[in-house]
Amino acid sequence: MSVPVLEITNLHKRFGDVEVLKGIDLTMQRGDVVSLIGSSGSGKTTLLRCVNLLEDYEEGIVAVAGEQIGYRQQNGRRVRLREREIARQRAMTGMTFQHFNLFPHMSAIRNVMLGLVRTRKMPKDEAYATAETWLDRVGMKDRKDHFPGQLSGGQQQRVAIARAIAMNPELMLFDEVTSALDPELVSEVLAVVKGLAADGMTMLLVTHEMQFAHDVSDRVVFMQDGRIGEEGPPDTLFHNPKSERLAAFLKSSKF
Amino acid sequence: MEIAQALEVIWAARWALLAGLGNTILISVLSILMGTALGLVVGLILTYGNPVLRFVVRLYSDFLRGTPVFVLILACFYILSVVDIQLSAYEAGIFALTLFCSSHVGEIVLGALKAIPKGQTEAAKSVGLTFFGTFFSVLLPQALRMILPTWVTTATEIVKASTLLSVIGVVELLLGVQQVIARTFLSLELYFFAGFVFFLLNFAIEKAGRFVERKVAIPS
Repeated sequence: MSVPVLEITNLHKRFGDVEVLKGIDLTMQRGDVVSLIGSSGSGKTTLLRCVNLLEDYEEGIVAVAGEQIGYRQQNGRRVRLREREIARQRAMTGMTFQHFNLFPHMSAIRNVMLGLVRTRKMPKDEAYATAETWLDRVGMKDRKDHFPGQLSGGQQQRVAIARAIAMNPELMLFDEVTSALDPELVSEVLAVVKGLAADGMTMLLVTHEMQFAHDVSDRVVFMQDGRIGEEGPPDTLFHNPKSERLAAFLKSSKF
Repeated sequence: MEIAQALEVIWAARWALLAGLGNTILISVLSILMGTALGLVVGLILTYGNPVLRFVVRLYSDFLRGTPVFVLILACFYILSVVDIQLSAYEAGIFALTLFCSSHVGEIVLGALKAIPKGQTEAAKSVGLTFFGTFFSVLLPQALRMILPTWVTTATEIVKASTLLSVIGVVELLLGVQQVIARTFLSLELYFFAGFVFFLLNFAIEKAGRFVERKVAIPS
């Protein structure tokens, strides 16, 4: 079997005295779509943020395409990598955020171009063409010169997805892409994510949209209290939950 | 008749007054430019510096902001010469105004950088930008837009504070006017004239600031 796109081994993460991740193991192969579900505070978003080191982790290993993220072992001790190395590693994954986080002073197309030009060192005209292709893919080509403040939430999130995916990452991380959107804007964003999944993109998602998780995922991971409570194909997990906690969670999520 | 007489006096003294105005502008521009450059450094250290450096710069900024500009000018002129740093009145004045400006700009920069949501830095990191890339492409362009209105106010404060340099003998516009008054005793008219010129200067600065603000405004 080829090198996994993501391999997380015994991951621990603390915020001060509170341990929010208590030994997570998770492996994803190329093309896998995995959804993280669970109640607030169960550690889903923190897990996602450890993968591109927006959060440091204290113990365990996160490896993307076989490369440990953020640290290396030296004489049996873990040493944090230099800023430049970490920046390079972060570009191996693409991430979208709950609140989009587009750069407000740049037009849609310049938002997408920034990483291509600054990180991938792509010539500007090539970056422009690449950005345009991806904006077209998310249905935003005709708004490429609009600024984030001139776009709806759903449109902003679609540009944010284009910004992340134009970097051609090994793995896409989606952090609650629809939870800040008005209900009528949710479907346009979910359609884009579904399209990417159908294209074979490797994706790790945190979501509260249970139907969406059910439809799009190869595997669903239910997190509780910083651990993986249950894990399996969506049909099994949603229709035959083993634990009472998951059953109760699904019931409260109106699935 | 009084007004005509005043205008005549002003016209007769035009070269002296223009020289004073020139000095006022030069002192202000130099102080604002150097103070802003230094202030950017102050703001960056207050935002990103290590705790020791931050503590030192915090003391610097608090001390300068807590001291009247007038005292600062006198200190730069009289005290520095005691420790064998010989500055002309002109240099000492510019030095004092630069320090004063830097402490204010430093606080404005700190405030602006803190006001930018954390998500901006995270998004920049997520597309592989380093600290410098994030700062120059994402944070600074947003911070500068936020800083602009307050910075313009600081600039007008410096222009006004430059009049205090008359006390240590720098012939800027106010002292130039006072010298004319000493010869002619037309104090009311000439002080009014000086006030009007300062108003025009600051009005022009405010207008220029608004113009730039509109030019760089983010469409929404």
